[in-house]
Amino acid sequence: MKITAGTMDFRELNNAIRNSWDSEVVIDQCYGQRFIGDGMSGRTITINGTPGNALGAYFNGGVIRVNGNAQDAMGDTMNEGVIYVHGNSGDATGYAMRGGRIFVQGSAGYRAGIHMKAYKDKIPTLVIGERAGSFLGEYQAGGYIVVLGIGQEGRLPVSNFPATGMHGGKIFLRSDEEPTGLPNSVLAKEAGDSDMAEISGLIDEFCKEFGVDRDAVTSGKFYVIYPDTANPYKELFVAN
Amino acid sequence: MLEKEGKIRIPAGCAISGIFSKSGKRINGENIIKSISIMHDRSNGLGGGFAGYGIYPQYKEYYAFHVFYDTDAAKAECEAFLDRHFDIVDLSKIPTRPHKNITDVPLIWRYFVTPRPTKLASSQLDEKEFVSRCVIKINTHIDGAYVFSSGKNMGVFKAVGFPEDIGEFYRLEDYQAYCWTCHGRYPTNTPGWWGGAHPFAMLDYSIVHNGEISSYDANRRTVEMYGYNCTLLTDTEAITYIFDYLVRKQGLTLTEAANTIAAPFWSTIARLPEEERNRLTYLRNKYSGCLITGPFSILLGFEGGMMALNDRLKLRSMVIGEKDDMAYVASEESAIRLIEPDLDRVWAPKGGEPVIFTLNDGVEI
Repeated sequence: MKITAGTMDFRELNNAIRNSWDSEVVIDQCYGQRFIGDGMSGRTITINGTPGNALGAYFNGGVIRVNGNAQDAMGDTMNEGVIYVHGNSGDATGYAMRGGRIFVQGSAGYRAGIHMKAYKDKIPTLVIGERAGSFLGEYQAGGYIVVLGIGQEGRLPVSNFPATGMHGGKIFLRSDEEPTGLPNSVLAKEAGDSDMAEISGLIDEFCKEFGVDRDAVTSGKFYVIYPDTANPYKELFVAN
Repeated sequence: MLEKEGKIRIPAGCAISGIFSKSGKRINGENIIKSISIMHDRSNGLGGGFAGYGIYPQYKEYYAFHVFYDTDAAKAECEAFLDRHFDIVDLSKIPTRPHKNITDVPLIWRYFVTPRPTKLASSQLDEKEFVSRCVIKINTHIDGAYVFSSGKNMGVFKAVGFPEDIGEFYRLEDYQAYCWTCHGRYPTNTPGWWGGAHPFAMLDYSIVHNGEISSYDANRRTVEMYGYNCTLLTDTEAITYIFDYLVRKQGLTLTEAANTIAAPFWSTIARLPEEERNRLTYLRNKYSGCLITGPFSILLGFEGGMMALNDRLKLRSMVIGEKDDMAYVASEESAIRLIEPDLDRVWAPKGGEPVIFTLNDGVEI
């Protein structure tokens, strides 16, 4: 189905999608309608415009593709499937993700990947093309966050306080500069071959979706940030 | 009986939007209403409002007072006060249209005034200080009278309701402004009432605010030391007075004021080059009571400009869009795209990073 959203109320838009049997949905002229694709599975939803907050929350399989910028809390508690954003995404991208994959061609706002978690085969991944705001991976408990630093000319592609409260998962940053401002409970090192092998497939998918040259996003150094498993909770909440 | 701040807690987001023409082009209120209306679900109908700059060119030398009255007696008392302190060159009801969603309407009057020269001279105050003290006096001491707008060539229009309804109620299509800001309220903790709707204004400063400041009481006590009285019963009022104090009275630049109220963390300041570190340390120490904590995104309107600012942790969303000479700020990008789909640039400023738009050099309003 193809639907022109315009200023339609979000309930009307989401009901129209939910009540359709079509596995392919195209939304044109999207202006801020919230909750698109929430809890859905098995569909391919293409959005032209600016989808509203909580896009793909509880998403449970299928594909969401945004031609435009996404707003806040995209992929909140997402469980399965993939979201591609041909643009930027707002604050709290991938909030509490528990599975599935998010690819943002441009930048993400503050608190991307906050409290992502993993369990057995449920390993959420968030790949950001350009840079991320402050508090990247705040309270991260599992999964992969990758920031490719496109257009950053080797500068650290993340703002202040990355990995604050991180106690699981990994953050990869393509950067010539060593990560700074990290809390005591995490460690950072230059990524080795075995680290890079873990995210190789993600980089392939990013390059394929956005038509980016793989060499351009793998040249230079990658740093990996991971919890200090010797004492992951030390001074996490109080100075103990 | 409506209960006010401190008497009742209503746990609950808000929406803000702003439009600014750097070339001073006047635009009527329709686009700002359209922009805020797409964010309808961020408000709950308990308050909203607009500020327009450049709307009273025929009276631009005069302070435009917009006043709510609960009773005729309050009006008579306030007008007697105004008559003693000001020359009133024009007065009228503010034009409104009946609207099914706007009810319990107070008396809403507008006065174009200038301080009486003898009163001003004997007060030994500068003109703005004189006017601001008169506004505080009315709001504190005349029961049932609230001056909610007091700048030159600008005006605030606010009410209890959804902002798009409020814009229709006040006939904003009849006003032409080079800058509009607006707010849709979702009261956090406090009930909605007409005086408590945004924008809050003092002289030509106006604030619309999405958030809830957790330092309210520290900020209130600070501004009260400098003669302000928080009478409108919400936190946003304190932000307005802090800007008035820092910028008008202390002579800080807007950027310095922003660095004071949304100061970087000490750990961030410690990493900066010496000069910048000293500057920020000075501001934090000198004006510690003006640090605002808790989530906020605000738009400060002032004569000839508009500033957007997020709290230092960026706990509220805010997006900026630019197209030719136009600047747009909104809680959601969709609210900008709706009125300008083809933007030259769109981005989200960092927490505590002020974004200031001013009229181009040589533009006369």
